[in-house]
Formats: sequence, C-alpha cells, structure tokens
Amino acid sequence: MLKNFLTPDLYPALPEIFLLTMACVILLVDVFLDRAQRWITAALTLITLIGCALITYQTMDGQVVLTFSNMFVDDLLGDFLKLMIYLSVIVVVIYSRDYLVARQLDKGEYYLLVLFATLGMMVMVSAAHFLTIYLGLELLSLSLYALVAIDRDSPRATEAAMKYFVLGSLASGLLLYGMSMVYGATGTLEIGGVSQALHLGVANKTVLVFGLVFIVSGIAFKLGAVPFHMWVPDVYQGAPTPITLLISSAPKLAAFAIAMRMLVYGMLEIAEHWQQMLMILAVLSIALGNLAAIAQTNLKRMLAYSAISHMGFMLLGLMSGTVSADPRYALNAYSSSLYYVVAYVIMSLGSFGMILLMSRAGYEAEHLEDFKGLNQRSPWFAAVMMALMFSMAGVPFFVGFFAKFSVLLAAIDAGHIAVAIFAVMFSLIGAFYYLRIVKLMYFDAPVDAAPIVASHDMRFLLSLNGAAVVLFGIFPDTLMSLCTYALLRSL
Amino acid sequence: MTSQLLSLAIWVPIFGALVVFAAGSAKNLARWAALLVALASFAVTLPLYLGFDATQAGMQFVEQRPWIPRFNVEYFLGIDGISMLFILLNSFITILVVIAGWEVIEEKVSQYMGAFLIMSGLMNGIFSALDGVLFYVFFEASLIPMYIIIGVWGGPNRVYAAFKFFLYTLLGSLLMLIALIYLFLQSGGSFNMLEWHQLRIEMTPQILIFLAFLVAFAVKVPMWPVHTWLPDAHVEAPTGGSVVLAAIMLKLGAYGFLRFSLPIAPDASHYLAPLMITLSLIAVIYIGFVALVQADMKKLIAYSSISHMGFVTLGFFIFNAIGVEGALVVMISHGFVSAAMFLCVGVMYDRMHSRQIADYGGVVNSMPKFAAFFMLFSMANAGLPATSGFVGEFMVALGAIKYNFWIGFAAATTLILGAAYTLWMYKRVVFGAVANSHVAELTDINNREFLILALLAFCVLAMGIYPYPFTDVMHASVDNLLKHVAVSKL
Repeated sequence: MLKNFLTPDLYPALPEIFLLTMACVILLVDVFLDRAQRWITAALTLITLIGCALITYQTMDGQVVLTFSNMFVDDLLGDFLKLMIYLSVIVVVIYSRDYLVARQLDKGEYYLLVLFATLGMMVMVSAAHFLTIYLGLELLSLSLYALVAIDRDSPRATEAAMKYFVLGSLASGLLLYGMSMVYGATGTLEIGGVSQALHLGVANKTVLVFGLVFIVSGIAFKLGAVPFHMWVPDVYQGAPTPITLLISSAPKLAAFAIAMRMLVYGMLEIAEHWQQMLMILAVLSIALGNLAAIAQTNLKRMLAYSAISHMGFMLLGLMSGTVSADPRYALNAYSSSLYYVVAYVIMSLGSFGMILLMSRAGYEAEHLEDFKGLNQRSPWFAAVMMALMFSMAGVPFFVGFFAKFSVLLAAIDAGHIAVAIFAVMFSLIGAFYYLRIVKLMYFDAPVDAAPIVASHDMRFLLSLNGAAVVLFGIFPDTLMSLCTYALLRSL
Repeated sequence: MTSQLLSLAIWVPIFGALVVFAAGSAKNLARWAALLVALASFAVTLPLYLGFDATQAGMQFVEQRPWIPRFNVEYFLGIDGISMLFILLNSFITILVVIAGWEVIEEKVSQYMGAFLIMSGLMNGIFSALDGVLFYVFFEASLIPMYIIIGVWGGPNRVYAAFKFFLYTLLGSLLMLIALIYLFLQSGGSFNMLEWHQLRIEMTPQILIFLAFLVAFAVKVPMWPVHTWLPDAHVEAPTGGSVVLAAIMLKLGAYGFLRFSLPIAPDASHYLAPLMITLSLIAVIYIGFVALVQADMKKLIAYSSISHMGFVTLGFFIFNAIGVEGALVVMISHGFVSAAMFLCVGVMYDRMHSRQIADYGGVVNSMPKFAAFFMLFSMANAGLPATSGFVGEFMVALGAIKYNFWIGFAAATTLILGAAYTLWMYKRVVFGAVANSHVAELTDINNREFLILALLAFCVLAMGIYPYPFTDVMHASVDNLLKHVAVSKL
C-alpha cells in the first residue's frame, strides 16, 4: 500500500504550513493567557503574518510549481495575492485592536479565526484543483461566519451571521454542484486538466456550460455581485466593524483568485459563455450598487452597496479579456481587474479604518451623521477620509481613478463601449454619495465635539493608508506593472 | 531643450499650498505664506511670456517624460500661443484672490488659501498638458478644490450649488474619458495629443468624439442649455471662488474646443458648426435678455459671463483667424473684467451683506473711489472702446460678418444688450438717491481693495488701448490651428 505513497513536495506550500503550525501554537499559548496578556496573542498573530510574508517573498521565484498531485500551485500570481492578503490582514488586526479591547471582544478566538481565514484565502489563491478551491473557500467562510457572530450578545450580529451562513452554504452548494458538472463533462477536476480537455475537444460542452452557470453564481456570491448580493448589506452592517473590515478586504482578493483560476485558467475556451454572464453581473452590480447606496444613512451599509458596485467594475475588467486577439490585450483586461481589486482593498481598508477610528467605547460611529464636521475636529483625518471618498468615486489624483481607468480601457478595447458608457454614468450617480460624506465632514458643523481617541500605531497606519491612496494615484505605474507582471509569469 | 518652467508653474502653488495648510489655525501666517506662494507662482510664469517665441507655431517649453509606461501615458507639458496667456492670467488672478480674501475670510484661513493655490496649480496643469490622460487628470482634479471652496465658504444655499457644480461637470468629463480612451485605441496606443491631431478618423466616429468632447466642454464653458449650474455656483461661492470660476475655469471649456474638438475632429467641427453657432447665438442673445431681468448682482454677472462665453464659442466656429483670435482676446479680457466685476460686488457685499440690486442706490455718494472703478469695469463689460472688452468683441463681430452677415448682425446685438444690462445695473446701484441708511453709512474702499481694483483697471485699460502684446503671441499658433482645421482628416 505504502509503496505508492510519495511525499509531496512541501516547499511550495511552506507559507501555508508555517501559518497552520503557528496557528496551533497560538491556540495553545492563548489558553494560558488572561485578558491583560492578550496583546501577546495579537503580537504573535502579527509575527505569524509577517513570517508568512517573509517566507512567501523568499520563496518567490516566478516559476509555476505544482505539488500535492497537481492540486496546489505556487506561482507569481499566487505569491503576489498572498502578499497583499497578509498585508491587508495585518492592517485589519492593527485597526481592530482598539475597538475590540474597548468592547472586550479581543478574545483569543478572534485572532485564531482571522489566521484560519487567512489560511483559507491562501489555499484558495494557490488552488490548482476545483476541490482545493472548495476546501479553501469553506475554511475561509466558516471562519468568517464565526467571526461575524463573535459578539454573541448582539442580536444584530447573530442575525447577520445566520444570514451569512445560510446564504453562504447555499452558494457553496451551488459551486460544488457546478464542479460536479465540470467533472462530469471533462472527467477531471484539475484546473489544468479541464483546460486541456476543453482544448482537445473531448469535453461535453453542454454539461460544462450548465455547470459553468453554477460556478459563476458561486463566484458572484463570494464577490457579492448582483443578483447574489443580498447578504452583503446585512452582513456588512450587522457584523462588528472590525469583522466588516476583514470581510470587505482580503477575501475580495481571494475571490478574484478563484475566479481567475476557474474561469481564465480552467475554462478560457468557453470564455464567450462566462464573459456574457459576467457582463450581466457587472452591469447589474454597478447599477444597483450605486443606486441603493444613495438611500443609505448607515455608513457601513452604504459602503456595502459601494462594494457591490466596485465588484461590478472589477468584473468589467474580467469579462473584457479577448480570447482570439492579441494575448497582450487579454492580459491587460485581467491585470486591470486585478489592479482594481487591489486598489479597492486599499480604499476599503481605509474607509472602515476611519469608522473604527471614530468609534470609541460604547459608541459606534457608523452613521453618516457621525462624520459631521470632522474637518473641525481633525483636519488631517478629514483629509484622509476625503482622499478615500474621492478615490472611491474615481476622481484623480487618487488610486481609484486609475483603477477605473484601466478597467474602462480594457472594456472599450474589447468593444464594450456601450457598457463602458453605462458604467461611467452610474459612477456619476455614485459620486453623489461619496460627495455627501465630504459634504458632511467639511460643510457641516460638528454635533459631537469629543476628541478622537486612538492609539498611535492606528493613527500612523491610517495616515499611511491615506497616503497610499494618494501616492498610488500619482504614481500608479508600479502597482499596475506588478499586477501585469504577476499575471504574465503565471500563465 | 527641456525646460522645467511649466512644472514649476504647476507644482510651486500645489506644494506651496501644503506649506500653507501646515500653518493650521495661525491666520496671519497662513495669509502671508499664501501671498508669498502666489507671488512666487506668478514669478515662475513670467519667463514663459518673456521667453516665448511668437514666431513659432509649435509647442514651446516642452517637457516630456514617461509617467505610466504601462499605458504609454506621458508627463508631457508644453504651451503655444493659445495656452500661454491663460497660465499667466491664472497665476495673476490667484494673487488677487489671495489679497481679496485677506480680511474677509476669518474661518479656516489656511484651508481657504491652500485650496485656491492648489486649484491654481491644477489649472496651470490643464493649460499646459499635452497628454490626454494628464489633461483629464488635471481637468477633473480641479473640481475638488472648487467643490470645497463653494461648500465651505459659500452662501446659504452652498451645498446645493457645490453638488450641482461637481456632478454637472463630472457628467461631461466622464464622457470625455471614454472619448480619450477611444482615441488611445484608435491611435494604436498613444495618449499624445499632438499625435491625435494627425490621426485620420472616419466621419461617424469623428462626430461621436466631437459630441463627447462637446458635452464635457459645453458644461464647462458653459453653453446654453447646460449652463444652469453656473448662476447657482456663482451666487453661492465666496467672492474669490466666483472670481476664479469666471476668470479661469470657464476658459477651460473654450480652451478644450481649441485643443481637442477642432484639431482632432475638424470634419465634424465643420459639419456641426451650424449647431455650435446656433447655441452660441442663443447664449449671446437669450442669456443677454435673462441677464437683464436679474435682481441679484452676482447672478447678473454670471449670466453676463455665459453671454460673453457664447461670443467666444461663436468666434471659434466661424473658422477665420480674426474670429478665433478675437475669441481668445474676449477670453483674456473677460478674465480681467469678470474678476473685477465679482470683486466689486464682493466689496459691496462685505459691507452690506446683500447682493440684491434693490438694496442699493446712490452708492456713489458714500463710495466715490469705488464708484469710479466700478464704472470702468462696467463699461469694459459692456464693451466700450478703449477697454479690453471692446477689442475682442469687435474682432469676433468682424469675423462673424465675414462668415455670414446675419450671424454677425445677431452677434453684434450683444454690444447693445451688454451695455443695457450692465449699465442699467450700474445706474440702479450707484446713482440715484441714497436708498437707505445702510448705504449712507458705507465706507469707501481701503488700500487693499484699492490695490486689487487698480491692478485690474490697469490691465483692462492697457489691453484696451494697446492689445498688440496679447494678440501678437497668438498669431502663429492660431494660423497654424486654422490651417490644420481646414484640411479634412477623412
């Protein structure tokens, strides 16, 4: 029996292994800590993430290496996304600390669940097999369900967790069902194998397209694209803000990764089918997200709808890769999409970070009104928030503009001029609610004159976040080229 | 030869603004710092005029380096005879705005001054950008400081006005973005505007490109019927905001026609010229009548601006040198005159806190010096010979008559209408019996106000009596443009 067993090459999965080991260590260490010593858990969590980043960075060689019987892949796209994921989780942990301590939510479970969620994302990013994708996705989702309900005495959070769980399970079911169809059609679940089967023409396309519908639905759910967006506003609003911060950032990167892996790497041959589906999702998301956001008075809910519209824009890039024409341009489309997600994550981290900054013990600054007159209370953070809002609205010189620009360029290049005009018209509508935040901060008098209390590391990091939004807006080329390069070397 | 002058013209005010922001709540420090920055920014633009070679039609002071190699976007700056004067005008007006806001602005002084400086830098960027994306980026970014200026220091209805201003302009510029990307793909991957000028485009796409640009620039100019944001923005904006809006921002749209619409889509421009001329004439005549019945002085001047800008677009679309040059002269002159008119209204508003014509009367009795200045500027606004207002309007009218007598005839009515609404307002505000005790208690202008108005009066008269230094620099570039536009690109 054991004769056939080969030890897989563990080297490509080193960051995952390290993270899992450290998570187990933290699990043990945390048992012996009381509340006052919880900072040790937080520090260990950060050290783990930084360690992962170092390992990923050190082992990054630009080669595509498959391991675990072709179930796991280590390539530059994966490494790039993982680094972004570590970075955003580190930011999340630092932003969340004050808030969690003030509400006595800084339990050891929080840090562990965050680490497991990170592991789930890493597995998703590095998946070369449909089952690996599912495995990572479930690890991420289950950790997130639990995290949403971490404040167990809050009925709103519990409700949100329940909703998230039920709808999330449904989506996972859809995805799994779609995968089974893929297996039926191609006889394999390896992404490379599916691609090859399609290429050789041995796949049953009818069944495959049928399965594709379910797979796209599953991806759309994880991204929060219309019409699979119902959970987004409720979960964003109901979850404690640090958890919303987490949900709105790194998982988008992972969701992008599985979309890339399954659709582009696996099923590029039937791109015309999934591109149409993505177009519908994109158009609906941009329209509904922007329109519904106008009516919101809760900032978290507003940002949730804004996230929906941003995911629509991201899909606009993903659907614009031309299959037959110059591969250089097809790459442009995917890299614009990747760039959009990265830009969105930077902006989203900053925006929810601002909500956390404004909140203090026993007070949630999650209503639009809470931002009134911020310019008089803290000109600096008002400026940071203004940069974030204008960036989200897609106004230059902020990172959001170039994200929209590159996506629109890809869309027009693929011949979708009408869709591009539609998208910019809705982003005009979207500009209204971002402007409203700026209006509240600058034009209105403050209702709450209390000074802003926050730790220095949070202030520093948030300022850095704001600076990143401006700097990547003035010098967008580095990040853009990184995205393109990562994709280029992973094909 | 590369020169850093244009970069300095853009970045000195912007980085200067950051210094001004750092002054925080120290009001006097902020004021002096802002003045210093504004003077320095003006000083760096002077060599642009002095070193300008008027015999050359091409771009001068060119700076070109890659910015976003990924999309072949360049940091590409350069000016010709068309854009050079606007950079000087902009930097000059910024100094006046800083001085005009000296005592009037008491709240958040550093932010006020900083916002104007940033805007000044961004607008220099718009006038000197020769890369499509760079132009767009400056064009749209300039909305942010103006939005803040109107919203924070504006009048009672400022929120409405600020939103209307921002969203209206954004609507136009987003369609322009689509057109820019389309041109990028058509030209095989270049955002270089000079290359776009040589690009051959079919008629249908040309018309669509022209229309996309039209929406962007018509909103900015503003042309009838998309002008409604301007009276609101002007009425609510603080004096400095109105000055910059009228003197510089409105010129961006007109400048865009010369830089994009005409040279990139010449056939569409000829084809759609009747439409443009009609819209321009409606702006000149109809808006002139609208101005006549305004009860609010700022609104009246705002409508007068729209009417004058109608003259400018008319001058562009009759395609002869005298018309285009005349239109450019109107733009410069209007920059001085409208700035002066808004400052005059500001002077009165600071004392009376009213802009209603009905609240005034007999101002000359208590403010003789002011009344003299106001008289000069009103005459200039009406287009009296020997003021700057006359030169350009005369040239455009002449060009229009060359093109078609009746168009010229209709356009010339502005000289009557302009005189009617401006002088009638002047009469009601300045002459007559002292209207009420508030007017009787008015104090005449102080030295600071005298300085600003005197500087503008000098410019208005100098340009009216001896316009040669202004028109001389634009001849070569305008001729070149018209030669270019005359050749079909089909």
